[in-house]
Amino acid sequence: MTIKFTPDHEWLKLDNGQAVVGITVHAQDALGDVVFVELPEVGKTYAKGDVAGVVESVKAAADVYMPVDGTVTEVNEELRADPALANSDPLGAGWFFKITVADQSQFDALMDDTAYTKFSEAA
Amino acid sequence: MESLLSDSATPLLTTPLNALHIELGARMVPFAGYSMPVQYPAGLMAEHHHTRNAAGLFDVSHMGQLRLVGADAAAAFESLMPVDVIDLPVGKQRYGLLLNEEGGILDDLMFIRREADIFVVVNGACKAADIAHIQARIGSRCEVIPMPEMALLALQGPQAVTALSRLAPGVEKLVFMTGGHFTVHTGAQDIAVFLTRSGYTGEDGFEISVHSRDADALARALLAQPEVKPIGLGARNSLRLEAGLCLYGNDIDTTTNPVEANLLWAMQKVRRAGGAREGGFPGAAKILAALAHPDANARKRVGLVALERVPVRDHTPLQDLNGQTIGEVTSGLLGPTVDKPIAIGYVPASMAALGTRVNAIVRGKPVLMEITSMPFTPNRYYRG
Repeated sequence: MTIKFTPDHEWLKLDNGQAVVGITVHAQDALGDVVFVELPEVGKTYAKGDVAGVVESVKAAADVYMPVDGTVTEVNEELRADPALANSDPLGAGWFFKITVADQSQFDALMDDTAYTKFSEAA
Repeated sequence: MESLLSDSATPLLTTPLNALHIELGARMVPFAGYSMPVQYPAGLMAEHHHTRNAAGLFDVSHMGQLRLVGADAAAAFESLMPVDVIDLPVGKQRYGLLLNEEGGILDDLMFIRREADIFVVVNGACKAADIAHIQARIGSRCEVIPMPEMALLALQGPQAVTALSRLAPGVEKLVFMTGGHFTVHTGAQDIAVFLTRSGYTGEDGFEISVHSRDADALARALLAQPEVKPIGLGARNSLRLEAGLCLYGNDIDTTTNPVEANLLWAMQKVRRAGGAREGGFPGAAKILAALAHPDANARKRVGLVALERVPVRDHTPLQDLNGQTIGEVTSGLLGPTVDKPIAIGYVPASMAALGTRVNAIVRGKPVLMEITSMPFTPNRYYRG
């Protein structure tokens, strides 16, 4: 399983053509207490860069973008019920949705852990 | 996710508590030209709840403090606001509104009559313009003395009085919207302060004006009290919205007048039609006419609660149930204490009745909201 990061502060873990998507530790930290999430529609196909969801803290709202072309296979209903999971376990129980990745090369082009750490520290 | 943190190239001012904020792990953001703590490591929600349940310490040193000195100061200041200044007794504080010639609101402020002056606190983002305006309008009638050497701390919450009276005995005798000079005994030193029993959270509490050189010691002494935690601007905003209080620049500005803004409680009878000192403030003709002949089409500031759990934020359009745009939300968030999406916004007066339903258009989708009374959480001011 490989984890990659987008410049918009989403992460994806790819396993056998299926990816789990969430927001990064840096993103949840910058947002503060998450109080609401809007998740994409299961079964719908999105292009890389499409708005696939919204995450809101008490203070701010931010769009969650589709990190690669893909079709949504599942959304995290637990996160909908308990948005604070995005803060308490952003890389685990606080995942947002799962997708079938249409184009592996888009995934490969994203940042790895080291590159993202450097990127988010510079931001 | 969009870029969440943007750096500003403009050099920011700092308050006398800057080092303390950083030591406490605050996240600093640009606000009103200052680098200010938006939250501490506990986070906005925890800070909000702590203030409602115990006591929170806020640095509001970015706000403007000034004194008006002279025999004619009260009458002169009264000529700028639709507010009774002349009859305000020594030791009593009042909420005021600076108006422009159209009756639009230049700023909202707090003032207290003291023995030798009128002490005024204005918004940080407006302070330079306010001081220039006051100086230009009444500078020939009284001395207008800015107080950049002073810091301002707010201690807010039901246990604020317990914490502060331990260090400054006597403050417990003050009631809401009164103030006086006190000495805070930190153990290491005695600090002279001028404080009022007021604030902007809907809770009991104090605003404490202290010389910059003593601000850090005072803040540390307050934070050493078991009831007190540091609170950032994020929670200050959610607390003030739950309290139904206006945020200048969002809920009121130069395009709104006190009638539209539903701030008639801030216009004492003596300044209204038939009062002993009727009118005589900027925009009086327009404001008194609006009071005498209410217009159903005029906009009015209202409170709103969403009927589903979607935060409705600043600038969200409001539509009637037929899809006509009727106004907008001016501040909104998910209220941590009420645990519902709440908002302040403007709708036509004809739609301002409690219980009226409107749609907020959030990301293109309607979210049903109901006009509701404010505050959203009961005020807990200490009135004796």
